[in-house]
Amino acid sequence: MTAGFWPVLHAEWTKFRTVRGWVVGMVLAALLTVGIALLDHSSCGGQVTPGGPVIAGVGCRAPIGPGGEAVTDSFYFVHHPLVGDGSVTARLTSLASLSGQTAQPWAKGGLIIKVSTRPGSAYAAVMLTGGHGVRMQYDYTADIDGNVVAGAHAVPHWLRLTRAGDAITGYESADGTQWTKIGTAVLAGLPPTVQAGMFAASPAGSERAGSQSIFGSSAGDGMTLATASFTDVSLRSGGRTGTAATGTGAPGTGAPGKWSGAAVGGLTPGEGFRQARGTVTVTGTGDIAPDVPAAPGTAAGTPAEQTLEGTFGGLIAVIIVGVMFMTAEYRRSLLRVTFSATPGRGTVLAAKAVVIASATFVAGLAGAAVAMPAGEALLRSQGNFILPIGLLTQVRLVTGTAALLAVAAVLGVALGAILRHGAAAVTVIVLTVVLPYFFAAQLALLPVGAADWLLRVTPAAAFAVQQTTPQYPQVAASYTPVNGYFPLAPLAGLAVLCGYAAGALILAVILLRRRDA
Amino acid sequence: MSTGRLTTGCLITGVLHAEWTKLRTVSATRWLLFGVAWLTAAAGALADVAARCPVSGCGLDPGRVSLTGTYLGQAVVAIFAVVAIGGEYSSGMIRTTLAAVPRRAAVLAAKAATVGAAVLLAGAAAVLASWLAGRLILPGRGFTAADGYASLSLTDGAMLRAVAGTALYLVLVALLSLGIATAVREPAAAIGIVLALLYVVPIIGAVVGSPGWHRHLEQVAPMTAGLAIQDTTNLGAAPIGPWAGIGVLAGWAGAGLLAGAIALIRRDA
Repeated sequence: MTAGFWPVLHAEWTKFRTVRGWVVGMVLAALLTVGIALLDHSSCGGQVTPGGPVIAGVGCRAPIGPGGEAVTDSFYFVHHPLVGDGSVTARLTSLASLSGQTAQPWAKGGLIIKVSTRPGSAYAAVMLTGGHGVRMQYDYTADIDGNVVAGAHAVPHWLRLTRAGDAITGYESADGTQWTKIGTAVLAGLPPTVQAGMFAASPAGSERAGSQSIFGSSAGDGMTLATASFTDVSLRSGGRTGTAATGTGAPGTGAPGKWSGAAVGGLTPGEGFRQARGTVTVTGTGDIAPDVPAAPGTAAGTPAEQTLEGTFGGLIAVIIVGVMFMTAEYRRSLLRVTFSATPGRGTVLAAKAVVIASATFVAGLAGAAVAMPAGEALLRSQGNFILPIGLLTQVRLVTGTAALLAVAAVLGVALGAILRHGAAAVTVIVLTVVLPYFFAAQLALLPVGAADWLLRVTPAAAFAVQQTTPQYPQVAASYTPVNGYFPLAPLAGLAVLCGYAAGALILAVILLRRRDA
Repeated sequence: MSTGRLTTGCLITGVLHAEWTKLRTVSATRWLLFGVAWLTAAAGALADVAARCPVSGCGLDPGRVSLTGTYLGQAVVAIFAVVAIGGEYSSGMIRTTLAAVPRRAAVLAAKAATVGAAVLLAGAAAVLASWLAGRLILPGRGFTAADGYASLSLTDGAMLRAVAGTALYLVLVALLSLGIATAVREPAAAIGIVLALLYVVPIIGAVVGSPGWHRHLEQVAPMTAGLAIQDTTNLGAAPIGPWAGIGVLAGWAGAGLLAGAIALIRRDA
């Protein structure tokens, strides 16, 4: 090779920046990304009926958990203050739905120690679920499967929570004497006095799940109730014991042994508790879990990536520029001059890829970095609740979007070299990058399996880089592309697109070397 | 002067003949039109196989399922129409064309007629093959007359409208693409704009905007409005009626051709 890489790179950069249409295309890509975000007129809680009036939203919000994420914190809590270290123990005798049938798979009844009755406060709980056995959960996102899997569904079942400093340990037992540890939660900064007691919750379910809807069926997602019964309830604090259920004991610091009831997250008709002959019966609805937008009945939070919907507009612009950056060489016969100046054809293509990737990355970064805060401000002003995400996720969202655009533009250069016809190259890229997303995530025509498959093997997998809402196994929801859940992890999805771009570049170099210019 | 004796009728047939010859003798024409028919029918048959309609109902429209291939076929239609005019600009042929026929509006009209006729032919083959595949496959997937679905027969008014209307849809997409390509001249940019109009506007509409906005966007976007012609069931719930929808697309095609004509007349070749 006669020339180094830098002069070639410089030559390609000069070509790029001196064609006004290409620079305009890049600016347009950034403007489209921002402009489309500013078109968003979503308002939370609104609805439209076919042919009927459009009802404006009243605004949405959700409590924020200790980890900074939006949570659902709605259940019925029968509580008593627990001062200092101590424990709460009870024998769970039944967990059932309102009509006495099996509760929802993720209906919960058990013991909980929580900082306060304020929604979103830190907690740790051991529970029996309707269909997933005994579990220990804490701080909304952590979920530990109980040890006694075989007998986990059986009632009666003994449960215990022990507090020692910031650590809360959950135990279960079949007989009340042989205890098995489930797990330990460390809740940093737990105050000296916390609330301990029994709870019941039952998430809303789709009607098809056979759940019982208490509020009409027209909504589609029915609110459900679960009732949990406890006997042999005891609360130990500082070594002293009180049998609170009988109302005679004096747990802890000598407070009256009366349990208080609290509907955390607002009272729903049907919720409450009864205390009679040593049995405490708690009826509750809702869930203690991370807020999942796709779950039925949870607070309607807006994922942050909704502000980046303009990526699709920017994508088309950068694909056109990427393709033309290569095909213009054929159109104007410039390629012969280029290849006379730089006989290394792979070098020329590499320089083109570097130039287009850098320019697109900068344009995409600018577009996404403006679109996200501007779009979020607009959405908030319309009463929407943006699901909070960490700084690292925000960085991933913005740089990932820029990288998606950059790699798509490189794919454009490579396909431009392979096909040599601009129209054909643009069409192939749009059909492979945008159309699978359209089919899988928009059309709702494909079965979920086929939609997942499309978003795994086509370059459209790269849109996974914009997913910010995690999938939680302990929350029943429809985690499908239509609801914004991609089958691949964010970076794995982007890697699929990179793989296609790399493959196309290699094929382009092979063809460029074989063909006449 | 010989041109003085040229009647309008003669001019039209002459220009049409010239455009038809240009289209016919390019090998890409045959391949692209074959691609329209094949891709539409194949993708439609795949959708037929993937569709499932249990007895409890599935909310799927058999007309739309069997004609799903339109989503893919229209992209090839767009390439065909864009290349028909873009190719002239790439090769410089446009100067010869305009020297031979100085009336530029006539050139565009003749191109629209020949491209439209060719796409109508390919589109008819595409929709008939799609319909046949649907008729053979869908009853086995739960779309039976007993479950309240139209018989998938062309004697059924809604099905006939869906099938014939889809061929018309493809023609209108071709005219829209031709107009944009004439205005933009650059084939890569033209096809990008057409595909963005078709696919990206509905994607943005689905996420951006309140449900009311979403509905309005579906009523004005060329693809979502135009494909309303494929509805055979539950017409009342659709954002726009079948004929009104294809009318919206016709408006887009007309506007595209008008923009192309103005650009062609005002500009140097």
